[in-house]
Amino acid sequence: MSETRIDRRFAALKAEGRAAFVTYVMAGDPNYDASLEVVKGLPAAGADIIEVGLPFTDPMADGPAIQQAGLRALAAGATLRSTLKLISDFRKTDDDTPIVLMGYYNPIYAYGVDSFLEDALKAGVDGLIVVDLPSEEDEELCIPALKAGLNFIRLATPTTDDHRLPTVLANSSGFLYYVSIAGTTGAAAPKPSDVAVALERIRKTAKLPIAVGFGIRTGAQAAEIARIADGAVVGTALVEQIALGTDDQDAVKRLLALATEISDGIKSVRKN
Amino acid sequence: MTQLNTFRAGPDETGHFGIYGGQFVAETLMPLILELNEAYESSKKDPEFAAQLSGLLKHFVGRESPLYFAERLTEHYGGAKIYLKREDLNHTGAHKINNCMGQILLAMRMGKKRIIAETGAGQHGVATATVAARFGLKCAIYMGETDIERQKPNVFRMKLLGAEVIPVTSGSRTLKDALNEALRDWVTNVADTFYIIGTVAGPHPYPELVRDFQNVIGEETRRQMMAQEGRLPDTLLACIGGGSNAMGLFHPFLDDDSVEMIGVEAAGHGIETGQHAASLNGGTPGILHGNRTYLLQDEDGQITEAHSISAGLDYPGIGPEHAWLNDIGRVKYVNATDSEALEAFQLCCKLEGIIPALESAHALAHLETLAPSLPKDHLIVINLSGRGDKDIFTVADALGVEL
Ligand SMILES: Cc1ncc(COP(=O)(O)O)c(C=O)c1O
Repeated sequence: MSETRIDRRFAALKAEGRAAFVTYVMAGDPNYDASLEVVKGLPAAGADIIEVGLPFTDPMADGPAIQQAGLRALAAGATLRSTLKLISDFRKTDDDTPIVLMGYYNPIYAYGVDSFLEDALKAGVDGLIVVDLPSEEDEELCIPALKAGLNFIRLATPTTDDHRLPTVLANSSGFLYYVSIAGTTGAAAPKPSDVAVALERIRKTAKLPIAVGFGIRTGAQAAEIARIADGAVVGTALVEQIALGTDDQDAVKRLLALATEISDGIKSVRKN
Repeated sequence: MTQLNTFRAGPDETGHFGIYGGQFVAETLMPLILELNEAYESSKKDPEFAAQLSGLLKHFVGRESPLYFAERLTEHYGGAKIYLKREDLNHTGAHKINNCMGQILLAMRMGKKRIIAETGAGQHGVATATVAARFGLKCAIYMGETDIERQKPNVFRMKLLGAEVIPVTSGSRTLKDALNEALRDWVTNVADTFYIIGTVAGPHPYPELVRDFQNVIGEETRRQMMAQEGRLPDTLLACIGGGSNAMGLFHPFLDDDSVEMIGVEAAGHGIETGQHAASLNGGTPGILHGNRTYLLQDEDGQITEAHSISAGLDYPGIGPEHAWLNDIGRVKYVNATDSEALEAFQLCCKLEGIIPALESAHALAHLETLAPSLPKDHLIVINLSGRGDKDIFTVADALGVEL
């Protein structure tokens, strides 16, 4: 498979000796324009990779903050089509920052897998995370996506034991997303020492870069993860800023300010 | 689905009925679902498991349930001979307990200490709370706020039985959201928790195992009809929420060509109004709650809200095996509106002295179309899936009666 922006970004960061800052925001939250401003502002705020959430009415693995974000986006008219447009609008000014589309399968299935892959590539998507498509369902989207040249990024969790891990890794690419606790998004972060033990175990099998997420809310927490992982993922804490904003401008400003603080934490950690 | 001469072989090894079913869940749950599948397969080979289950069904649930000739309904319609399969007479008042008893034995076999479930009408919640109390396991029931409001007696029942009832305030605050919330709990508490799904939906192996635990309904019906009429029934009729009471009645007869089967979905205010819960008649295939099946959704794949006067049918999906049986045409799926169900509810009370669940009243409602024109020796069996005591407030409200 040809190299994607994700592969290139991790290679460059490795050479630089630091971990990736992976941000998650919901497409279309609180509305299209403000959301585009957020996505456009994230690289300057230090984001190395942007996960763009695809809104869905029934996000069964997400906690309240991301559920609310999805509902706000849907109420403002977001769809899969508008999400792809958001990404192609972003690409007009940034051809470098990797974009991962993250969500649930039904909107993609309704769109049609073939047209989706074609349009996602055209929009400038680099990778996919589809929460409700485990390895058992690889034929649905994973294999076609890999063939089309997209990364298919998989989650590993504390329940992914040594027996399960090879199955999870089999058709995954880009990076491995280690969800550090069994739970929904927004749950409290585990001790970094526990995460370190898990990563050591996973690295025996996984050759991909590993980004760690769930529960990271501050620059200091992110720095601790940056020491032991190849990337730190922050979602809920960023998405919450949208709800806290007094208006769209304030929401965008808050989100980007928090991103900058977390990015500083990650960049303070040098590994070579 | 490799044997072409049977409709009863599904699902295949990957959990599919045709294109429906599958295992669409978050990775956190996958190891557990695989473990559940293994535990279920091994329980099937264990004669002690079967003996324990059938003992409990007899002595605790009160099976077998009668197959009762509904003489006055038969007279009223003046056509086919109508029998009621009296699941309303089970302990806790519905068919739901058949499945709960099977699953809790499985939970204990797997060493789980805590039980969770979703509930709409509260019947599955009550049945789950009941078996959890019986075996001394902790129990949490997720229930939408809207349903808590319209099923108050069942909420209190669950509490009396020692369960924690957790109100769900997300989305439409009904069954679909309760299912989401139960899945979120499960993802968080994988190590010690067993999720007792209440219908033939969810990721494989749930549609299969819930069906197998409900098959006792159809198996008894077959024996009872042979004993009473000396032959098989001609038509089977059942309401469809997720489809477990219907599947339990239908499945043992799927390979009997002479037996016609009809599932009745909830048409709410009418399919044409968009306010209904008829996923086969008014939905399209999609992926939700771990399986591919027919769903109520918009063109962007967002799930739309279901509507039914009956909380137990108020769900935007249907079990994957029904989706398959629909596509291949083995089972026919029709629907009944809120007001048709209310009519049938009252008729059954007055003519038979039986207060049916509003869910079951949807199946009864189809008699009006079906029964009159059929010959007098045509045998219909309706699954009277539950009793209607829980629904009297809703019915009073709909009829404008102050209690
Ligand atoms: C009495 C009764 N019948 C039917 C149903 C619908 O479920 P299913 O279609 O799985 O039988 C319910 C659900 O709560 C119920 O309580």
